[in-house]
Amino acid sequence: MNENISTTPVAAAAPKPENNSIFRHARYVVAENPVTGLAFGLFILIALCALIGPYIVPHDPLASDTTATLHAPSLKHWFGTDQLGRDIFSRVVVATRLDFIIAIASVALVFALGGFAGIASGFFGGWTDRIVGRISDTIMAFPLFVLAMGIVAALGNTVTNIVIATAVVNFPLYVRVARAEANIRREAGFVQAARLSGNGDMRILLAHILPNIMPIMMVQISLTMGYAILNAAGLSFIGLGVRPPTPEWGIMVAEGAANIISGEWWIALFPGAALMIAVFCFNLLGDGLRDLVDPQRRT
Amino acid sequence: MLRMIAKRMVLIIPNLIGVVIVTFLLTRALPGDPAAYFAGPAADKQAIEQIRVKLGLDKPLIVQFGRYVNDLVHGDLGNSLSTGQPVVTEIKNRLPASAELTLFGLILSMVIAVPLGILAAVKQGSWIDHTCRVVATAGVSLPVFFTGLLLVYVFYFELGWSPAPLGRLDAFATAPAQITGFYLIDSVLTGKLETFRASLSQLLLPGFTLGIFSLAPIARMTRASMLAVLASEFVRTARASGLDNRTVIITYAFRNAMLPVITTLGMVFSFLLGANVLVEKVFAWPGIGSYAVEALITSDFAPVQGFVLTMAVLYVVLNLIIDILYGVIDPRVRLDG
Repeated sequence: MNENISTTPVAAAAPKPENNSIFRHARYVVAENPVTGLAFGLFILIALCALIGPYIVPHDPLASDTTATLHAPSLKHWFGTDQLGRDIFSRVVVATRLDFIIAIASVALVFALGGFAGIASGFFGGWTDRIVGRISDTIMAFPLFVLAMGIVAALGNTVTNIVIATAVVNFPLYVRVARAEANIRREAGFVQAARLSGNGDMRILLAHILPNIMPIMMVQISLTMGYAILNAAGLSFIGLGVRPPTPEWGIMVAEGAANIISGEWWIALFPGAALMIAVFCFNLLGDGLRDLVDPQRRT
Repeated sequence: MLRMIAKRMVLIIPNLIGVVIVTFLLTRALPGDPAAYFAGPAADKQAIEQIRVKLGLDKPLIVQFGRYVNDLVHGDLGNSLSTGQPVVTEIKNRLPASAELTLFGLILSMVIAVPLGILAAVKQGSWIDHTCRVVATAGVSLPVFFTGLLLVYVFYFELGWSPAPLGRLDAFATAPAQITGFYLIDSVLTGKLETFRASLSQLLLPGFTLGIFSLAPIARMTRASMLAVLASEFVRTARASGLDNRTVIITYAFRNAMLPVITTLGMVFSFLLGANVLVEKVFAWPGIGSYAVEALITSDFAPVQGFVLTMAVLYVVLNLIIDILYGVIDPRVRLDG
């Protein structure tokens, strides 16, 4: 994310001073808080694991080996092996893709639904606002993880439904941000100019207001990615969604839970640590992005 | 004051209606045929039809909703398929275990997070401030079930300080006579210190697991609102009048800074009640969360729906209490209401 914002002005080069100042601001933010740079590096590592992980892992993540069960981490098995002798390192790396896909899909879904509903309710006000507001209030009346459990239980125990449930519980957050941002731009000069030039409401919403609130929405996306990963992993930890042989961080921690008491820590530790690093990375990235987009909201 | 409480009570009614509608939709209006499900895989068409009529599923949706609300009013949440027990009794029996754990976790995290946030604000930019930031970010990033397992490994397996993570009391101890349902309180009331110690030692690890999870929002909010209050004019006046630092921070700043923190508690409870389910699973805690998880695995719907409804109603009521508390602490809100 940082790079997108910071490299485009480089390509556009010096003539535009205001672009240059964005670049300088980005550099200032990163220099001020090197943690953001670290988070960006982690993000690239995770993205690489998701993209090419399955092709470079040393062992088949599903192949069990009864002669090598519950081995502690060694040179052959970097993260050790589980009850069935599967290589945990390979499983952790391969799982990145599935966890990533679940998080991205649910965030994309809620961005499309919540973002649009929020813009529309901020822009139109009136009944649209009331209906969208009531829906968000009803969702917020539940403890979020509990509602996600209920949704997956009712819709059926599949990965798609985990994506849907995660999107639904994040809906109010996106509505709130998009609504506030659209509301302050409702009567802005550029909106009135667009209306005078004969643009319809829908066109103004999508072509004029949406691009303007994108930076703030990107921050929101980055901040909720971490939560989406946690939520999905939590659901699969209690046995919802992903089915056992499939490598996924939440379910791998669940598989290792029983062995913690007898001291085989590596089965649960490595997938749990991967989960933690991924979430940590997205939270830091979101914070850094917010400093970049909206310096006043910094805490 | 009473008028404000009454007004707040009225405000939660639409929320409660929304909750009931959503839980109803989760049970009935979604894909899949509950009648076929209740009849079991061996049932023929006729048997399924009979069950459909018996359950009232042949009626229009609105009639079904009426029946559902009627059942709720009479305290009937259906029966569990696997145990045959009414869901209401089961939830009632298990609720104190969950409540004790959640409240204990909340108190632990308040005790740690509030002083941490205050110190971070007072000594802005110091190592305490940085620690606060790292702890806060790490706290939200840690999957709560993972923290729980780590604590079990370190304190049970490696150090042996903690008992096995298997429920509220170990197998040899007997539960105290039920008064409040909270083992810690009941054992003190009945004067059984041995039971108190045993249940406290079981409660510490899951309590800390929940506490670490909810540390982050409380610490962050305390720090932010302390910073805002410390920069305000009345604090400057207090300092200019020569009051010592301690009085300024505790009497003047802290009391005003607590208001936004109390508002954050609503969000913290949303986290806590959800995380509670995962912690209960890790520590085999006999609360309503683990009840719901067991039911989920066997696709037993009634307990899950009952659980979701109970949690939502609890959460709405907790938010109401927070609102009222806010009014008690801040007279300005009371006057507006």
